[in-house]
Amino acid sequence: MIKSYKIRRVITNIFVYILLGGLGLIWISPLVYLVLHSFRAEGLAQVDYLIPKSYSFQNYIDLFTVTGGGTNFPRWFLNTFIVAIFSCIISTLAVMMVSYAFSRLRFKARKPMINIGMILGMFPGFMTMIAIYYLLKAMGLTQTLVALVICYSAGAGLGYQISKGFFDTIPRALDEAATIDGATKNQIFWKIILPMSKPIIVYTVLTSFIGPWTDFILAKIIMGSKIDNYTVAIGLQNMLAAGKSLTQFKMFLAGSVVVAVPITILFLVMQRYYVEGVTAGGVKG
Amino acid sequence: MKYIDYVQLNPFQKFGYNFVKFFKALPGNLKKIFLAIGNFFKKIFVGIGKGFAGYFSRFVKGDWATKCSYLVMGVGNASKGQLVKGFLFLLVEVAYILFMVFFGAFYLAKFPTLGTVSPVDENGRRVKGIIPDNSMLILLYGVMTIIITVLFFCVYIANTKSAYKAQQTVAEGKKPIGFIDELKEFLDSKFHVTLLAFPTLTISVFTILPLIFMILIAFTNFDSDHNELAHLFTWVGFDTFKQVFETSGRASMGATFVELTEWTLIWAVFATVLNYILGMVVALMINKKGIKLKALWRTLFVVTVAVPQFVSLLLMSQMLNVNDGAINTLLCDVLHVIPQHIDFLGGDPLVARITVIVVNCWVGIPYTILITSGILMNIPADLYESATIDGAGPVKSFFSITLPYMLFVTTPYLITSFVGNINNFNVIYLLTSNLQNSNDLYKAGHTDLLVTWLFKLTMNEHDYNLAAAIGILVFIVCATISLLTFNLTKSAKNEEEFS
Repeated sequence: MIKSYKIRRVITNIFVYILLGGLGLIWISPLVYLVLHSFRAEGLAQVDYLIPKSYSFQNYIDLFTVTGGGTNFPRWFLNTFIVAIFSCIISTLAVMMVSYAFSRLRFKARKPMINIGMILGMFPGFMTMIAIYYLLKAMGLTQTLVALVICYSAGAGLGYQISKGFFDTIPRALDEAATIDGATKNQIFWKIILPMSKPIIVYTVLTSFIGPWTDFILAKIIMGSKIDNYTVAIGLQNMLAAGKSLTQFKMFLAGSVVVAVPITILFLVMQRYYVEGVTAGGVKG
Repeated sequence: MKYIDYVQLNPFQKFGYNFVKFFKALPGNLKKIFLAIGNFFKKIFVGIGKGFAGYFSRFVKGDWATKCSYLVMGVGNASKGQLVKGFLFLLVEVAYILFMVFFGAFYLAKFPTLGTVSPVDENGRRVKGIIPDNSMLILLYGVMTIIITVLFFCVYIANTKSAYKAQQTVAEGKKPIGFIDELKEFLDSKFHVTLLAFPTLTISVFTILPLIFMILIAFTNFDSDHNELAHLFTWVGFDTFKQVFETSGRASMGATFVELTEWTLIWAVFATVLNYILGMVVALMINKKGIKLKALWRTLFVVTVAVPQFVSLLLMSQMLNVNDGAINTLLCDVLHVIPQHIDFLGGDPLVARITVIVVNCWVGIPYTILITSGILMNIPADLYESATIDGAGPVKSFFSITLPYMLFVTTPYLITSFVGNINNFNVIYLLTSNLQNSNDLYKAGHTDLLVTWLFKLTMNEHDYNLAAAIGILVFIVCATISLLTFNLTKSAKNEEEFS
């Protein structure tokens, strides 16, 4: 009886291994395809076989040296980096301030403000896009990097839930002890809460740093045809535009790898925080 | 039904019971929501009424300086020795008056008509020698002026309160608080004001102002015929919404709206449920006893979450290409499973819809794995053991133990991801943005969700009013679903505590 149970378990495990292997192959193969073909030397666009016949670094060299004919990847990379740095600093500050206020401070407008934040989140984001465009145009900021920084960081305060959840877990006794010792709320914020919240600060910094590398809709509307101020996301999407996709497909693959590798590493490092963040707000139990 | 009867039902009966309960409770829940909304407005009006009562009673009880500050802000505070505060109040008033005289009043006066001086005559020629109105700017700056006026009104009320408070402090024989001490309060008892001031300002300007602007656009005729060149559009009431529901003719908006709403809901259900269940099955397989290299398997799936969506989805759209896409190459030329290349996204609507749902599984299942892995490990192992002893197979214990437990714990996550899928722009847009619109639909393809239709109407057709109206309808759908399901889970929570 025991023996047959063991055999049955081995068989199920083998079955599970095969299934996992198959599924894993399906999930990973588009990415393997991406990396392999970004080194492909022959052919222009997609080819009618799966494994490239010859490899070279030419696509990557092209990516960083060709700066004409609608591509300027080094410039885009720099743009995105600048935008990401600034919007990351501003957003992190805003998120920390809002979540501390909603988590630790009690004031009359707290509940209504939380509710308003929730309602604002239910409107489709793209609805306001055109109004934001006209607003920036009225300020004379369209087609500039400043506009992008504003767009990415202005609404950041609304993403307070995750760090509020984190602040909620810090014992209130700490605040009370500090208050008795004569600390103001300001000092508690800077000297007690923030130093204790390193993980959530790291998470907020990383997510807001990644944002500009992956968004392209808003950036595209703001930048229009000004190719020199594109970010990598619009630039890469632009490479696939009709008419170009033949000549620049391999550059698109190489560019995708260049953008995706650092972001993937960042994400894998911080996936624990990500899970905690998502489940803290949305899961009970 | 008692709890003891409920637990003895099989999963399908449980589902049926909950389903019937949901619809039986629906009128009650709807009533509750309307009552809550009613109460909300009642509260606001009562609050305003109390505010005005206080406003007048302070005026009656106030001395000459307090009465003066009802007209010239800051006099009350200044006369009690709070010079800096009084001066700041005065500065705000002067600034507001200057703003209104030189800027706000013009746009506010034009606000009811949205402009009357057209830059072009009847034949479309530019008229020379006039300063034309620009309805878009009038609407935008009009909304801005109204917001600034409301803010000024708040400062004004605060000014009368502050003047009266200073008067009372003096009457009690104390000295009113100095400016420096008052500033220090903003670091302690009023610290929330300091913290929230900057984020509230940016959110007001770049989220709330645009939102009000777009909501108002839905009630105008700002479309491709009344665009920036003609400069003028005007209020049309609910005509835009009538247009959205207009059903006459081929490829009418109403028919398109109905079809896309159906598809959006079908999509949201499939995208949510499939990802949830399949993701959980994969997570269970990874976490199964005796499976080695758990971290490796998990990473294998999670890598797809980490890769930016615009990269993975754009790549997918290229790989699904009919002529030279890698997937057609694999299936047809290498494996010979299919006789000829399939046009996955641009051909038959049904095939296209199935394709986007499958691709969305590829995108979404790793998310579920990531999120549910931890919770799955929390399910008490003795539950499974006793189920095995009672002779339950893996399928049976999945539906009787895992799924109910997970549903109990992750309902809020499910609701948010359902609403998120209704607004899931990236997957559909990145996969299908290169495709032609369908002839049977009004400026939309068969795989378009309401949000991508909204986007197309804005960017390609410049029918801003239609897009805004659709945005409002999407909001109503999302808000109703959230409220109803939230109420349901709240009422269910106490009744069937899972142990």
